Amino acid sequence: MTIRHHLSDQLLIGYAAGQLPEAFSLVVATHVSLCDECRARLASYDTLGGALIEDQGDVEMAEAALEAVMARIEGMPQATQRAPMRASGIFPAPLADYVGGDLSAVKWRSIGMGVKQAILPTGRDASARLLYIPAGVAVPDHGHRGMELTLVLQGAFADANDRFDRGDLEIADENLEHTPVAMAGQDCICLAATDAPLRFRKFLPRLAQPLFRI
Amino acid sequence: MVGQAAEPQLRVAGKLRHDKGLRVSNGDETDWAGLMIRVRDHQDRAAFAALFRHFAPRVKGFLMKSGAGATLAEECAQDVMATLWQKAHLFDPARASVATWVFTIARNRRIDALRKARRAEPEELDWGPEPEPDQAEVMETQQETERLGRALAGLPERQRSLIERAFYGELSHSEIAAETGLPLGTIKSRIRLALDKLRHEMM
Repeated sequence: MTIRHHLSDQLLIGYAAGQLPEAFSLVVATHVSLCDECRARLASYDTLGGALIEDQGDVEMAEAALEAVMARIEGMPQATQRAPMRASGIFPAPLADYVGGDLSAVKWRSIGMGVKQAILPTGRDASARLLYIPAGVAVPDHGHRGMELTLVLQGAFADANDRFDRGDLEIADENLEHTPVAMAGQDCICLAATDAPLRFRKFLPRLAQPLFRI
Repeated sequence: MVGQAAEPQLRVAGKLRHDKGLRVSNGDETDWAGLMIRVRDHQDRAAFAALFRHFAPRVKGFLMKSGAGATLAEECAQDVMATLWQKAHLFDPARASVATWVFTIARNRRIDALRKARRAEPEELDWGPEPEPDQAEVMETQQETERLGRALAGLPERQRSLIERAFYGELSHSEIAAETGLPLGTIKSRIRLALDKLRHEMM
């Protein structure tokens, strides 16, 4: 599997700095779980954070701070074992954590044309959902306000410009209007996050949007 | 145990460092990774105290620049140092410098304390048993942070300030500049090579 569509530097820096909305952090962590290239890029930005800590001006700690922490760690056993999070299904560990399991644990709701979605519980500054698009079906033509991230977990989709397979991330902003179509062969499952409601052109009247929370 | 812990199996600049009375400071070449390994492998409290004296005031400064008041910053900096002890087993000197590792703990503590948000973490990789990490790699990793710090100091003021503000949480994700002007490519390449090697071994 070769991932061709990666995270932007802006998203990686935002994630390393701890500044992304929760829904975007979920997409970043899920993509990084699948993509060694972005894992390495992220590590380089974490190193930048380390350099900032090292160069940081000291602010004197309270007089008894060291003693206080020493007393705290006294009764605190060091954990000795890594507990690697490991996912066995199609959801990498961070996503499986939000869903509470793999594909079978998703509570889908139909939104028409065989398309289903499941909203994931995240902070309100952006929203995340899983999308299920039957093979060969078009996702309704939509423009975007704000930023929308779409990460493919199963199957593939394509629009006029490009093709996105498992692990690939599409980053869309208000300049992109497109009609992605799930490729034939396998139903397409994506993790999508946006910091603004989507505007659908067809098949979902605008008024219905608050109802579906999209 | 204090001071009598086994020598860290860590070569720095080609010689085994002897930590006499834990005054390990040789100019600016303090072997933080060596101290961290003593905490990790021997629960060495004196080594921990030396790490505390260096990093806790920096973490406090970082948190205050991130908008925490002095009391909250003090409390969180103590939490960060306690976490450093508790999660010492996760420290791998071939993967991250101590400063980088401290940063990630401080950042996560800040997200908890100031934004009260959850942050998804990538799936952890199983690097497998690695009793003797490659010493050249360990040294390279620890020096990368210092080199990057020098490069950061050499940036034009405006650019450096943008990076700092991004990491202090003053910029929203859409305001963060994508271009840092820093030589991050070599760090990325080193880690990418290690990942390729790991994947190869897993096959």
